[in-house]
Amino acid sequence: MIVDNAPTVLSVKNLTANVNDTPILKGLKLEIKAGEIHAIMGRNGSGKSTFSKILAGHPAYEVTGGEVVFEGQNLLELEAEERARSGVFLAFQYPVEIPGVSNLDFLRASYNARRKHQGLEEVDPFDFEDVVRDRLQVVQMDASFLDRSVNQGFSGGEKKRNEILQMALLEPTLAVLDETDSGLDIDALRIVAEGVNQLANEKNAMLVITHYQRLLDYIIPDYVHVMYDGKIVMTGDKELALELEAKGYDWVDELQPVGV
Amino acid sequence: MSASVSTLVNQPYKYGFVTDIESDTLPRGLSEETIYAISAKKNEPEFMLEFRLRAYRQWLKMTEPTWPDVNYPAINYQDIIYYSAPKQTQKKQSLDEVDPTLLETFEKLGIPLSEQKRLANVAVDAIFDSVSVATTFREKLAEHGVIFCSISEALKEHPELVKKYLGSVVPIADNYFAALNSAVFSDGSFVYIPKGVECPMELSTYFRINNGDSGQFERTLIVAEEGSSVSYLEGCTAPMYDSNQLHAAVVELVALDNASIKYSTVQNWYAGDANGKGGIYNFVTKRGLCKGKNSKISWTQVETGSAITWKYPSCVLVGDNSIGEFYSVALTNNCQQADTGTKMVHIGKNTRSTIVSKGISAGKSKNSYRGLVKVGPNADGARNYSQCDSMLIGSNAQANTYPYIQVQNELARVEHEATTSKIGEDQLFYLAQRGISAEDAVSMMISGFCKDVFNQLPMEFAVEADKLLSLKLEGSVG
Repeated sequence: MIVDNAPTVLSVKNLTANVNDTPILKGLKLEIKAGEIHAIMGRNGSGKSTFSKILAGHPAYEVTGGEVVFEGQNLLELEAEERARSGVFLAFQYPVEIPGVSNLDFLRASYNARRKHQGLEEVDPFDFEDVVRDRLQVVQMDASFLDRSVNQGFSGGEKKRNEILQMALLEPTLAVLDETDSGLDIDALRIVAEGVNQLANEKNAMLVITHYQRLLDYIIPDYVHVMYDGKIVMTGDKELALELEAKGYDWVDELQPVGV
Repeated sequence: MSASVSTLVNQPYKYGFVTDIESDTLPRGLSEETIYAISAKKNEPEFMLEFRLRAYRQWLKMTEPTWPDVNYPAINYQDIIYYSAPKQTQKKQSLDEVDPTLLETFEKLGIPLSEQKRLANVAVDAIFDSVSVATTFREKLAEHGVIFCSISEALKEHPELVKKYLGSVVPIADNYFAALNSAVFSDGSFVYIPKGVECPMELSTYFRINNGDSGQFERTLIVAEEGSSVSYLEGCTAPMYDSNQLHAAVVELVALDNASIKYSTVQNWYAGDANGKGGIYNFVTKRGLCKGKNSKISWTQVETGSAITWKYPSCVLVGDNSIGEFYSVALTNNCQQADTGTKMVHIGKNTRSTIVSKGISAGKSKNSYRGLVKVGPNADGARNYSQCDSMLIGSNAQANTYPYIQVQNELARVEHEATTSKIGEDQLFYLAQRGISAEDAVSMMISGFCKDVFNQLPMEFAVEADKLLSLKLEGSVG
């Protein structure tokens, strides 16, 4: 929802970045205020996922210019774990399997890392079980998932639900959902989207990165941006997503000035 | 900057100090004279000298094994000092007589020996270079009939027991390093648990190599009589030297009817520096004989040190219904090489064995599991379950698995499972994105990976082992 006079959560100016010395982001600008849901669409290779990883602080991506300010602080100065503790959350396109580490222990370590950063007391294993059971309902997950190793042997849908469970626990200020719809059947997509909608409020912001518009049937964005060759080249509301779906990405290509 | 997964293992080795103490040392080199000299210094019974000489003559005819998956320059056996003992008056009727420098050394290693500070429920035999310097709780154990002393003392006080069992599990010509050990071993621990006695405390031997040029050749013999049980732990450290030291030990366990022996090792010899200079060559033969029916021998090892580890703690299951177990965590980092595993030899009926091996390789290290499961023709109903998991940290480490299975009985059941996983940048980034630091992430993953083995260790040592692994891996991922 667009709220009048809402504080700015994320401000990105002229961001440029390389992966293996190849420029991928070429002057990206974006401003997100509390309460808003933004979607970034674009074809494969346009730089969407790179942007999400840069926000999260992936060490393999090199920022070469521009600035990223999150709640008034220079995000680029922070290590990945500090960004996470400060409230930047990335729901991964491909959640990683971690054999031997129980989901419950992992969730608690993560939850406590965030709480510690916020100056709150860490939660012991017994109290944490109550906390986590409460949040399981957000994504309709069974408690048996807690005893399994993190994401190991989970189906695509289960992994994505586990991501949203983590989001529900960590209550980030900025949640970036990277292709969360990929590999999901329609039921799983609905569960995930409903989870996200339950978590959206006027204090936090969401950035939904997607290739297809179908996720946006469930998570209604306030703004839709189209990314092309490392920049945002169009911004509109949810109608833009529909137009893009109807006309295809070639339509964006044709609108670009020659030589870009 | 792309952070490579390569630096989580470079924690300084905190046991690398040298104790400055006067030693009684034999000249370098090995000959029959050396053996006479060792035996004379120890004032041994005649049979022991003969045992040594037989072993030496066998050793001369043998060649060093080349099948392990490890590389090292040829060892010059004439350049090693085979006997080095701290100079002190006749050994320790009481701890007051032990050189305080030695007590301080062990204290510094976390093994307090003095009455006030010793661990409450663990009896310790402390071995410094070639000799045992102190054994705690001897009297208390004696009240239960348990003999716990150095093998040199056992040779004097209980020669008949040593004579009966020494070499009965690992024959003198078993392998090259066992033959060498049989010829020159200088000390070690001896444990005898009489019939029906459950040993009232943990027994433990702590090995310390101090001299930079001496080899350590210790010999451990544990005998558990009918219906008895014992839990035994060994620990070891060494100073940091640029040269390599040879450690060729032999451990023999004998379990009679209904007896059980649990043998745990936390091995933390100096591993050499990041470029592979220095460190211990740990070439060890450990074998347990389940001689009696319903007997049980369980090996648990946490191997974190040594430049090279060559070690296969094994169980020979002769008694019907006997049980052999092997739980192992082997961690290698930098240039370390480990070729380790076990042998389970099923001879009696309904014998069972379990193998759980966890190999962790970081840096440029090489970590191989080598295991043999052998079921003889009479071992009806024998069962084995093996699980061999490898974990790689970074992309320059190697893990190999060499399982050998030989079954000569149709009624036997043998299962083998193996997995390989990797601590990669993806996992570390995922956990970092959830607020978890690289150090915590690695320690979480390692603890999870090793859980099945750590659960087998005596409680206080399980915590130690967990910490040790985290320490060893600190800085290996960045």
